[in-house]
Amino acid sequence: MAEILEHYLSLATKSIFIENILLAYFLGMCSFLAISKKVETSIGLGMAVIFVNGITVPLNWLIKTYLLMPGALTWTGISGMDAVDLSFLTFITFIATIAASVQLVEMLLDKFSPSLYNSLGIFLPLIAVNCAILGSSLFMNERGYNLAESSVFGISSGIGFAMAIVMMSAIRFKLKYSNVPDGLKGLGITMILTGLLSMAYLSFSGIQL
Amino acid sequence: MSIRKNIVFSDPIISNNPITRQVLGICSALAVTVKVDSAIVMAFALTFVLVGSNAIISMLRKKIPSNVRIIVQLTIIATLVIMTDQLLKAFLFDISKQLSVFVGLIITNCIVMGRAEAFAMQNSPKDSLLDGLGNGIGYGAVLIIVAVIREFLGSGSILNVTLLPASMYVENGGWYVNNGLMLLAPGAFIVLGLLIWVQRTVTNYTEE
Repeated sequence: MAEILEHYLSLATKSIFIENILLAYFLGMCSFLAISKKVETSIGLGMAVIFVNGITVPLNWLIKTYLLMPGALTWTGISGMDAVDLSFLTFITFIATIAASVQLVEMLLDKFSPSLYNSLGIFLPLIAVNCAILGSSLFMNERGYNLAESSVFGISSGIGFAMAIVMMSAIRFKLKYSNVPDGLKGLGITMILTGLLSMAYLSFSGIQL
Repeated sequence: MSIRKNIVFSDPIISNNPITRQVLGICSALAVTVKVDSAIVMAFALTFVLVGSNAIISMLRKKIPSNVRIIVQLTIIATLVIMTDQLLKAFLFDISKQLSVFVGLIITNCIVMGRAEAFAMQNSPKDSLLDGLGNGIGYGAVLIIVAVIREFLGSGSILNVTLLPASMYVENGGWYVNNGLMLLAPGAFIVLGLLIWVQRTVTNYTEE
């Protein structure tokens, strides 16, 4: 039991700190740069990413395992199905699943939790085209996680993204009082700050659980 | 008309560059620039998808109902990306392994979606094609510049050809050590940040 727990804990630490989806793999940069101006909004976006990532990665795992992989359709019992390989459809199914589940989550939240909907609402449509979400699903596919691992990976890479964006918005808030050279204002200084942040995250790379 | 065509094509290459000015498509610009060859392949892949999606979406722009347009655009883009991915796997297998998930991520690359929304939905197929080509070249140019800097400082080579003499290195009794940071994530952020600074100073643009 303890070994299993340790395995998932180490996967979670790895995807939150060591292989942070934003600072080590550069995924989700667009929304990171656009939203990280205020702390409140970036907390909202961060929560929405954790939520949607936690749903879509395991969902895409199920779709991959039972529909797309070579021989995945054997369970239907139809003869000849075990020779079918639909894995070339991976990208289009993943993005369709993400877009559909974002829409579904949006409708469910609107119905059952209006307060959460009001705080996450405007970010949900943005998330459908956030590369951190599609990227997590593609990494899950490439690294061959199982169902439990992909749930843990989905949630913890979301947490990694949320942490990075909240930290960045706090730094950018302070930045308002600094005198930045003209051409470097906005995007330029944000990139360099992200570089420094990512350098700080490199120090986690020695962690072994 | 021909002047307008010129502007549509040349504007995104330098002054309205998709990466340094419009802040689109940063993810892949950072991730694939460790080596120049993967940057070149990525630039071609993105340009192909961008030109194709801009042309197709602009041809269909009067037929697409506006409330489902995002999903229609995503489907068109995803189809083109699947084609690119299969072609890369067939003809450039090693590089497609290096690019790993980033070919698939062209689907959510903000340049493709952004240009489809901002340009192709309002303009004729011809203009959109030129706009796609211009933005693709602008993106490719930034990618290749960043990759040249990173590969040269990080591994002392360009396009896998070693440029620095072996006797210069410390292990052969010289004084030089490659800057390993350039191969890691922070190097990418900092090089691109400085490049943005240069581009914006040259074009005299300040963000508020």
